[in-house]
Amino acid sequence: MLKFIKHHMTSMENIEIYPIISLLIFFLFFTLLIIYTMRMDKGFIHMMEEQPLDDRITSKTDVS
Amino acid sequence: MELEQFEYDNNIVRKFALATIIWGLVGMLVGLIAASELVWPELNVASWLNFGRIRPLHTNAVIFAFVGNGIFAGVYYSLQRLLKAPMYSKALSNINFWGWQAIIVAAAITLPLGITTSKEYAELEWPIDIAIALIWVAFGVNMMGTIIKRRVKHLYVAIWFYIATFVTVAVLHIVNSFELPLHFMKSYSWYAGVQDALVQWWYGHNAVAFFLTTPYLGLMYYFVPKAANRPVYSYRLSIIHFWALIFLYIWAGPHHLLYTALPDWAQSLGVVFSIMLIAPSWGGMLNGLLTLRGAWDRVRDSVVLKFMVVAITAYGMATFEGPMLSLKSVNVLSHFTDWTIAHVHVGGLGWNGMLTFGMLYWLFPKIYNVKLHSDRMANQHFWLATLGILVYVVPIYMAGFVQGLMWQKFTPEGTLVHGEFLETVTSLKFMYLMRVIGGTLYIIGAIMMTYNLLRTAAKGKLISNEKAEAPPLAALSHATHGGGKEYWHKIIERKPMMMLVLSLIVILVGGLVEIIPTMIVKSNVPTISAVKPYTPLELEGRDIYIREGCNNCHSQMVRPLRFETARYGEYSKAGEFVYDHPFLWGSKRTGPDLHREGVGNKQAKSDSWHYVHMEAPTDLSPGSIMPPYPFLLEDDLDTDYTVDKITVMRKLGVPYREGYEDQAMQDLEKQSLRIAQSIANDLSPDAGPDVIEALSKKEIISLIAYLQRLGSDIHEPEDPDGIISGLIETPTP
Repeated sequence: MLKFIKHHMTSMENIEIYPIISLLIFFLFFTLLIIYTMRMDKGFIHMMEEQPLDDRITSKTDVS
Repeated sequence: MELEQFEYDNNIVRKFALATIIWGLVGMLVGLIAASELVWPELNVASWLNFGRIRPLHTNAVIFAFVGNGIFAGVYYSLQRLLKAPMYSKALSNINFWGWQAIIVAAAITLPLGITTSKEYAELEWPIDIAIALIWVAFGVNMMGTIIKRRVKHLYVAIWFYIATFVTVAVLHIVNSFELPLHFMKSYSWYAGVQDALVQWWYGHNAVAFFLTTPYLGLMYYFVPKAANRPVYSYRLSIIHFWALIFLYIWAGPHHLLYTALPDWAQSLGVVFSIMLIAPSWGGMLNGLLTLRGAWDRVRDSVVLKFMVVAITAYGMATFEGPMLSLKSVNVLSHFTDWTIAHVHVGGLGWNGMLTFGMLYWLFPKIYNVKLHSDRMANQHFWLATLGILVYVVPIYMAGFVQGLMWQKFTPEGTLVHGEFLETVTSLKFMYLMRVIGGTLYIIGAIMMTYNLLRTAAKGKLISNEKAEAPPLAALSHATHGGGKEYWHKIIERKPMMMLVLSLIVILVGGLVEIIPTMIVKSNVPTISAVKPYTPLELEGRDIYIREGCNNCHSQMVRPLRFETARYGEYSKAGEFVYDHPFLWGSKRTGPDLHREGVGNKQAKSDSWHYVHMEAPTDLSPGSIMPPYPFLLEDDLDTDYTVDKITVMRKLGVPYREGYEDQAMQDLEKQSLRIAQSIANDLSPDAGPDVIEALSKKEIISLIAYLQRLGSDIHEPEDPDGIISGLIETPTP
């Protein structure tokens, strides 16, 4: 049924390397990312988490 | 440490917030009209109000006007506070605001007039495309300028989402908008057929990803902790969420083209990455919801949190469903049906709508320094909106399943049970009616919100410039936070331009791997020698098809599936679309597929059938919900640009022979006269030559010419006028 479309797969040179390269890139990227986040410094994380909550607004009246 | 004094600009936030409300109401109302037209087709009273023209107006208004202004309102509020700095330039803020509104107005005028490129969510014509690019860059410069002038060392995760949004939308918009102008308000896509489809859905999918998702995730990471008054559940998870999401999203576009003439390897790639997307999407959803861990009691008292919880839940449902829809076995059933419509409305009404409402209920009291006018009314809005979403999506899911299953049903003898497409439409009427009711509930809620927020604004006074203080960045750069050693990611977070470039590289990898091979590998689109360019009259007809937005309801893509070929004929092949600038495959079948509509095909109908059908579809198909097109029978075809169209098409690679321009008008008249004669023969055999001559000049003739050509080339077209063979250079033997 898909003979016509499948033709593209076979006509591309070294097509089998595509998914393998993709898989490797992603595996490597995510492994590194997860290792990094697990080893992150707690103090730093705490500081980043608090960022949206720290407003330090001095005046709630219009200053214009 | 000395503190610096500065002021946050709330004026620009107010402007964008008001624009969000106004355009939200407009966009939803247009959606309600479009939905009503499918129940009561007699509402298609004028060309500019026809479903085909206002459906893109609805999608554009909701995406770019409602959500777009929502993004700007939220970003302009949160960015200043997260960076402890006012916006980089008030002038740029205002250019961003007024420019964006002008673009929306231009869209609201041009789309109902039928000025469209036909590419979904990218329908606006080239001058507006250029304006969008310029205004978007103004926003980006303003944002990056603010980031550079900041008073915090590291960028909070919300800002990464904003940066990725800016970069990716710019890339998507520019790449998808390559078009060759014919005149001020008409252009043709640079790409043709399969390539155009791939670029368009790479864009379309990522417009959802980087316009409706990433900026709103940024808003979620700011406003949910704000509203709950506690930090995000896991900052570690948010880092993984960010990189994984932008890395994976960009590859998933081809899942919109499963079983089409798109090369198989690109389809498979799209499926794999769509499935992987569940992980970061659900990571993000859980991160949002778990921010409320141990504080769920606050949801009972805070209407803002209620809206946000439903929004995040809807995000989770839509991002689970998306990958499921991209499985080929599910897609066979869902594609081209209302299932897709239900899916996007879980996202649109649920995720974007509810998060926007929550954000607005939180913002207004803050910037007006006053309590919300009525908590009670806001709660009523919440319940109306939630109920509205359910009443909308449940019947539309059912409509999708019902129609999809009806299309596939065979008798034991092997013929289609519902061979008449119309049967599968009329059985959905009740569900379409329920959608109108659900949409109405949702809009009533939005109107209540408008009243509530305007009353809140009237009670308070806008704090245009909010005074704040923070130590300068220079003082911070010497201070250490936690451990002494800096990790690579911390360095990225400190350097916004590096963040921008890295995001760009990450999204380009996926885009290029998919698009480049399709562009350059000739074997991806094998040519079919029988496929010839369109005649001048057919080109004109094609433009009318685009102008009327026929592609919003009719696909031109017969999938290689038994139930499709039994209904429509031979499945569509990549090589058949090589001269289609732009492609017109469509994404939804409210009416039947038209790719094999042409002469010699399974569905072929006479010229006069089309003539009568266009004037009043219900005369020939009782119960049809197609709009009538009497004006096509009255208006004369504008042929001022016919010759130029040939030239433009040749520049785009369509192989019209040298000098064919001189022949074009003659051929157009010849073909028009033949079609007019054939209609007259059927409908009024006594018509004199002057009547036929007058008829031949009508717009409808060109549209019929186009429809009769569709998909006929693989059978060696009949070429009754002897025109087609003369379009291209014939090689001398």
